Amino acid sequence: MAKPKVAFYWCASCGGCEEAVVDLAEDILKVVEKVDIVFWPVAMDFKRRDVEGLGDGELAAVFINGAIRTSEQEEMAKLLRRKSRLVVAFGSCAYLGGIPGLANLSSKDAVFETVYKKVPTVVNPEGVVPRTETDVDGFKLKLPDFYDGVRTLAQVIEVDYFLPGCAPPPDLIMEAINKILTGELPEKGSVLAPEKSLCDTCPRRDSKPDKIKISDISRIAYKKIDTDKCFLAEGIICLGPATRSGCGERCINANMPCRGCFGPTREVLDQGGKFLSGLMSIVDTQDEEEIKRIADSVIDPVGLFYMYSLPYSLRMKFLK
Amino acid sequence: MKRIGVFVCHCGINIAGTVDIKRVVEAVKNFPGVVYVEDYKYMCSDPGQNLIREKIKSEKLDGVVIAACSPTLHEKTFRNTVSQAGINPYNCEIANIREQCSWVHTNMEEATEKAIRIVKSIVAKTLLDESLVPIKSPVVKRALVVGGGIAGIQAALNIANSGYEVVLVEKEPSIGGRMAQFSETFPTLDCAQCILTPKMVDVASNENIKLLTYSEVVDVSGSVGNFKVKIKKKAKSVDYEKCTGCGICVEKCPVKVPNEFDRGMSERKAIYTQFPQAVPNKPVIDRENCTYFQKGKCRLCERVCPFGAIDFEQEDEVIEEEVGAIVLATGYELYDVSNMGEYGGGELEDVIDGLTFERLLSSSGPTSGEVRRPSDGKVPKTVVFVKCVGSRDPEHHFPYCSKVCCMYTTKHAMLYKHRVPDGKAYIFYMDVRTAGKGYEEFYQRAQEEDGVIYLRGKVSKIYKSDGKLIVDGFDTLTGRKVQVEADMVVLAMAIRPSSGAEKLFNLLKVSTDANGFLTEAHPKLRPVESLTAGIFLVGCAQGPKDIPDSVSQANAAASMISVMFSQDYLIHEPIITGVNEDLCSGCGICVAVCPYDARKINREKGTVEVNEILCEACGACAAACPSGAAQQKNLTDRQIISMIKAILEE
Ligand SMILES: Cc1cc2nc3c(=O)[nH]c(=O)nc-3n(C[C@H](O)[C@H](O)[C@H](O)COP(=O)(O)OP(=O)(O)OC[C@H]3O[C@@H](n4cnc5c(N)ncnc54)[C@H](O)[C@@H]3O)c2cc1C
Ligand code: SF4
Ligand code: SF4
Repeated sequence: MAKPKVAFYWCASCGGCEEAVVDLAEDILKVVEKVDIVFWPVAMDFKRRDVEGLGDGELAAVFINGAIRTSEQEEMAKLLRRKSRLVVAFGSCAYLGGIPGLANLSSKDAVFETVYKKVPTVVNPEGVVPRTETDVDGFKLKLPDFYDGVRTLAQVIEVDYFLPGCAPPPDLIMEAINKILTGELPEKGSVLAPEKSLCDTCPRRDSKPDKIKISDISRIAYKKIDTDKCFLAEGIICLGPATRSGCGERCINANMPCRGCFGPTREVLDQGGKFLSGLMSIVDTQDEEEIKRIADSVIDPVGLFYMYSLPYSLRMKFLK
Repeated sequence: MKRIGVFVCHCGINIAGTVDIKRVVEAVKNFPGVVYVEDYKYMCSDPGQNLIREKIKSEKLDGVVIAACSPTLHEKTFRNTVSQAGINPYNCEIANIREQCSWVHTNMEEATEKAIRIVKSIVAKTLLDESLVPIKSPVVKRALVVGGGIAGIQAALNIANSGYEVVLVEKEPSIGGRMAQFSETFPTLDCAQCILTPKMVDVASNENIKLLTYSEVVDVSGSVGNFKVKIKKKAKSVDYEKCTGCGICVEKCPVKVPNEFDRGMSERKAIYTQFPQAVPNKPVIDRENCTYFQKGKCRLCERVCPFGAIDFEQEDEVIEEEVGAIVLATGYELYDVSNMGEYGGGELEDVIDGLTFERLLSSSGPTSGEVRRPSDGKVPKTVVFVKCVGSRDPEHHFPYCSKVCCMYTTKHAMLYKHRVPDGKAYIFYMDVRTAGKGYEEFYQRAQEEDGVIYLRGKVSKIYKSDGKLIVDGFDTLTGRKVQVEADMVVLAMAIRPSSGAEKLFNLLKVSTDANGFLTEAHPKLRPVESLTAGIFLVGCAQGPKDIPDSVSQANAAASMISVMFSQDYLIHEPIITGVNEDLCSGCGICVAVCPYDARKINREKGTVEVNEILCEACGACAAACPSGAAQQKNLTDRQIISMIKAILEE
């Protein structure tokens, strides 16, 4: 029997997710044993026409990482969707929008203005910015359109499963691949990670006081705390309570509070908003001025609470 | 999918006058889950309810939406109706198309459109409703009353007389509280002891009351219906089984110390009963002042006691009691005169507070009821009474009104005039507040019959000059400075919560206001309940008040407790905020947020635990829970979102 065919593709991402696949190390050989990788631009020389040449639904699965920012990414996502029986949004950017999604705080024009004109290392006296069509010596050169916002993969095509993480950890990747190979998949639309939030597996959980109350918010760079103390209880913002577990607590073990790359749990629509609601609930004062002072002391709240999930947030869903 | 029936009520023309019922019925037929729709003139009437019951059976409905008036009116009615037809009542919901629609709109077109959307959203909610069963928990039919003043005594007697056991804990050797120190009471001037003592004796002889004097609550756990309370019984050093209260020991004891009950104006012994009518009328040894306990020698009382009741070996004992309800009646004390620098700061012997004056008036007091001033025992010929001392002074002291001072000062001046007819009584006042039955008449009588002189204004300074007390004041009615040379001054000091009460309140986790008085669950509608279920507040612990008000509160709390105890189980609405253990990570965010202390982290399980009886479904935790594990029953996020979608959908 022929081996099932799979593909990997990347959209708006940093490449870390591709790296994560390579990081499977010898395990990758077990994967290759069982499947045929027919498309993986970052690692092997395939062309778009190779995908176009496949029959509809011929691929068993495609793993797409990265958010959708350009027309090309959207086209490729749609093409792969047609060719594949399963689509897995691989990593936080495909699932939630990820860090590239924070660009939704600025318009397309503002992004171009900064990237092509204002950045100190750029020399662009004519003020050229990318255009979708340019005439050069009588030829038309085309570039993909750079959309006005960043979208998650599921906002562009139907996605069957979501594998969170920046990047997804090897054990969850292997587990997902095995599930696909054995067909023991959960309900469509599921996130392939544990249901509970990070506190469940956090190595610092036992240090939590019975009641968490905070009267000041600080940052890990400004405050020295014991490395076995719950960050939140010490007034350092940690998105762990609002973030799915399964990451292997890599940040926590490096003495960094959780930034939320695994996204919200099943019952939460808006990770940042929900966390903010929880955070302000444990602020230990009834005094409005004091509440305001504490709230105002959070530096870059959107960047902090929505570091990975701005395009996935309720607000962005409505703006769409 | 559920089979939902929608019943649209006309409410006469209340709804039908503004909402096109026919159109609503037609539109509702197409909503997902709806299998049957009918309208009727008055759904809440008997025929209306019968119709609902019939259709539930014939159409095999398992969810019902009544489009009618506000759920506060008839939600109960209709939930009963559907349960009679075999549906779990929590699968019946009300779409309010009257108060929130027909009554507030005039345009029929728009009102009809809105009514349709309201019904649609409630159908969407009902589709996701769970069947719920009221929460039942057993009740320990015993009450704890803390504080044996008039309020605590009254509450204890009432509960006991309803047939339930009461544990009454008083920190002093005797019950009675402040009232036991009074001579007469306003506005009737009946003798305080004469009306109080019979009640105190009733407490002692009531079989349902376990009286623990010289005792304090040291720990509380559990919740309404089942509190576990630890009480420390301080060592009395007297075996009450053997003691008959003969008093020989007191007579022979060589140690004399200032008597607190007489506000230091007389002396008591190291072994003492607080006052002649004390209940129990048996002594305790004040170990801090007893020669034997301090120096290891004496034991005179042991030698003279004919019954061998003295027991120097007795130790403090901690006992545990189980109770279903708790009444807090810890009363008050007076703000200390030393806080009033401008009035001598407590250094002027003849500037005294109201309770001290009560003792001077009392026939069992240090002067046997003759008004003699503390410094030299002379009868004062001019007495100045100053009201609102420390009260109504947010800048320096307390913002609130102590409520009883207007009346007791009037009483004091009047009683003084009765004792010293040729004396002069002046009262400095900011206002005279006489809201109470017979109070205004009492005040008029003081002026007219007893010639008490009222001066409107503040006293700026009290000092001593040539053996006289000089009271400098300002009469705001005449706009002139006044100065009165007085022999004695009585300050109506602010009423403060009892010292030590704060510790007890923290132990019980009941909240207090900015001034330290207990906070009621609702200032108007739940005046004797605390926010913590099963804990009640009576008397001055809740705020300054007089005896009639204290007694009314005690009666109210007692009857609420009797109602509670008349049932074998506490029944609690099942609409609470639970926890989905598959989602809860034990992050603990919700725990501190709950005002009712209903949530706790179970560290072994790694999830939070909810005490369903304590949850009042305020939803604070649901808003706070960062993982969506805390969700209000039948008001889950999913339900709310599907309702919003249903409303917004074109
Ligand atoms: C000078 C003066 C005159 C007054 N005259 C009148 C009057 O004529 N008519 C009138 O209607 N009202 C009068 N009042 C008001 C009256 O005193 C109160 O309304 C009444 O005493 C309130 O009763 P209570 O039981 O709430 O408090 P209290 O009488 O203060 O009793 C509280 C009891 O609780 C005990 N206690 C406190 N803390 C604890 C604890 N932690 N554990 C155990 N026990 C504890 C105390 O020892 C005390 O026995 C007067 C008040 C003052 C100051
Ligand atoms: S709903 Fe309110 S009362 Fe109930 S557990 Fe949550 S916070 Fe406590
Ligand atoms: S806030 Fe939510 S997740 Fe955290 S302990 Fe409470 S119920 Fe559990």
